[in-house]
Amino acid sequence: MTNTENAPSGAEIRLEEVTKRYSGTASPAVASVTMTIPPGKTVIFVGPSGCGKTTTMKMINRLIEPTSGRISIDDRDVLDIDPDKLRRTIGYAIQQAGLFPHMTVAQNIGMVPSLLRWNKKKLAERVEEMLDLVGLDSAVFHDRYPRQLSGGQQQRVGVARALAADPPVLLMDEPFGAVDPITRGNLQDELMRLQSELHKTIVFVTHDFDEAVKLGDRIAVLGEQSKILQYDTPEAILQNPADDTVAGFVGAGASLKQLTLLRVRDVELKQEAITARPDETVEAVRRQLEERNRPFALVLDERDRPARWVHKRQLAQASSLRTAGKPIGDFVSTQSTLQDALEACLAEGGAAVVTKERGRYAGTIDIDTVMATVQRLRDEAGVSE
Amino acid sequence: MSTATAQLGERRSERLRIWGQPIAVVLIVAAVLIWAFASELDDIEKRNLNAAVILSLTWEHIVLSIAVAAIVVFVAVPLGVLLTRRWARFAAPFFLAIANIGQAAPSIGVLVLFFLALGGVVNFWVAVGPIAFYALLPVLRNTILGVRSVDSSYVEAGTGIGMSRSKVLFTIELPLAVPYILAGLRTSLVLAVGTATLATFVGDGGLGELIVTGYKLARYPVLVVGAALAMALALLVDWLGGLAERWIGPKGLR
Repeated sequence: MTNTENAPSGAEIRLEEVTKRYSGTASPAVASVTMTIPPGKTVIFVGPSGCGKTTTMKMINRLIEPTSGRISIDDRDVLDIDPDKLRRTIGYAIQQAGLFPHMTVAQNIGMVPSLLRWNKKKLAERVEEMLDLVGLDSAVFHDRYPRQLSGGQQQRVGVARALAADPPVLLMDEPFGAVDPITRGNLQDELMRLQSELHKTIVFVTHDFDEAVKLGDRIAVLGEQSKILQYDTPEAILQNPADDTVAGFVGAGASLKQLTLLRVRDVELKQEAITARPDETVEAVRRQLEERNRPFALVLDERDRPARWVHKRQLAQASSLRTAGKPIGDFVSTQSTLQDALEACLAEGGAAVVTKERGRYAGTIDIDTVMATVQRLRDEAGVSE
Repeated sequence: MSTATAQLGERRSERLRIWGQPIAVVLIVAAVLIWAFASELDDIEKRNLNAAVILSLTWEHIVLSIAVAAIVVFVAVPLGVLLTRRWARFAAPFFLAIANIGQAAPSIGVLVLFFLALGGVVNFWVAVGPIAFYALLPVLRNTILGVRSVDSSYVEAGTGIGMSRSKVLFTIELPLAVPYILAGLRTSLVLAVGTATLATFVGDGGLGELIVTGYKLARYPVLVVGAALAMALALLVDWLGGLAERWIGPKGLR
C-alpha cells in the first residue's frame, strides 16, 4: 500500500459468486453475488433492512467470512491476506461513528497509523492533516473526547479515522444514519467534496435511496439475500428501473429525484427578460416594455447582479428604478439543481432568475424549461428501452 | 429540573464522602484510643494496649489485606477476562458458582477447615488463601460484567480498523471495564479487611487478636480498640476505593 503524496485512485474490488450461509438457517444470507466495483468510484449498496447489504460489505474486509466465492481487491484474493493487516488497508466507518469513548479525537484518528507503526512525528502531522481535511479546528478538537462532540462532529472524526492511513478502499456502513437531516446533508456534501479530491473506492451501505442518488457514481439496488436487482448509474436507475421492486424502492418521486441529478447549467436559459440599469430613466424602460408588450422588467445593480422585478403599472408612479417594484425573493445559480430551480419557479410565480459567477445575471429559467427537460429524459429512457 | 437537582444532590453527597469519610475515621480512632488510654488499665490491658502492639497488629492486618487484594486481582481479573472470551464463555457459570459457594460458606468455617486440611501449620498463607477465596466473587463477577457490557460496536469498530484480538482487549475492552472492576475490588477489599479479623484463629495475628483477647479475658478496652481499628481500616479502604474509581477510571467517560 502506498502513502505517497499523489496517492493513486482506489482499488478495484471484485466479488465472484460470493455466498454467506449461516449454520442452522435454511437459506443463505447472501446468495451468489457477483459484481465489480470500479476503482475510484463510489458504489452504494441500497436495499431494505435485512437484505444482506451490510453482510455483503463486511465480507470485503473479512469481518464476516464468506462461505464460498471469491473477493479480490486489485486482483489479490482477500482470503490470502491476514485479516488484521487487510483491515488496516481498508478504511471503515460505521453508524454513530464507533469512536472509542475513552480516547481523544487525536488518539481515535491516529489509531490505524499507530497500528501500522508510523513514527510519532509523521503520525502527529497526519492527525492534524485529517482534522483539517474534515473541517475540524485542531486547537479546539484535538484533545476532546467523543462524548464532548455533536453527532455530526463525531461522524467527521469517524471519517477522518477511516481515512487516516490513506487506504485505497473505504467501507461505510450507514455512517450518516444517526444524525439529523440537515447535518446529514452537510456531511454528504462534504463526503462528495472529499471524494472529488481523493478518488477512493467507496462502498457505502444505506437504506435511504435519496442518499444513494446523491452520493453514488453507481447504485446497486439489492433485494433479499443481497440479490442484485439493478446495478447502474443513479440516472439510469431513476429513468429506467429494472423491475417493479426497484421501481417501488425508487419511490413515487422518481421524476423529482431525477431533477436533483441535473444542474441549471445543463439546460438552456431564457434571455427574453427586459433588463434595466438603476440609472436609466423610468420613462425609457416603460417605452421598452410597451414596444415589446411585456409586463415586467428586471432591474440589475451596478455589478450586473439582479435586484428587483418591476411591473409596468408600478412604473407609472415610480420616480427611480432603485426603489420601484419588489425585490427578488428567490433566485438560483447555474450550480443549483433543477429541483431547486423548480422550487424557485413556483415561489416566484413561473420563472426564476439565474445567476452565474459572482452573482451576475445569467438569464431566467421557467417551469416550461424544467418540464421539457423531464420530458426529454423520459423520451430518452423510452428510446433506450 | 428534578434530574438536575438529583444530580446536584448526588454530587454533594459524593463530595461529603470524599472529605467526610476520612475525617470520621480519624475522629473515631482518636476518640477510642484517647478513651482507652485515659482509663485505668490493668496489667493485661497494658500488655495488649500499647503503641508497639497496636501498630504491629494493625500492620499485620494491612499486610494480610494487601496480600488478599493482590491474589484477588491476579486471579479474578484474568479469570474473569478469560471467561468472556468466546471459546470460554460456557465455563463462566461454573466458575461463578464456585465463587458464589466461596462467599456463601461461613468464612470462619472455610478458614478453619483449610487450616485443618493443611495439618494445622501456622503460616501466613494459610489465612490469606481462604480469605482471598472468600473475597474473589465481587471482582470476578464485575470483571465479567464489565467486559461484557462494553458496547459491541466499539469492539467491531476496533476489529474493523485492523486491531488484533488482544489489541481490542487491552486497548478497548479492559479500559472500558475498569470502572466495574474497581467497584468489585472495592467491595472485595472491604470484605477482606473484615474477614482478616478471623486470621487470628489460625495464628496469623491481625486486629482480630485484640478482639479475641479482649473478649476471652473480658477486657473491654482491648476488645473495643480492636473492633474500632478494624472498622476504621475497612472504612479507609472503602474510601481509597472510591478515590480510585474517581481518578483511575477511563477519561472521557466522566
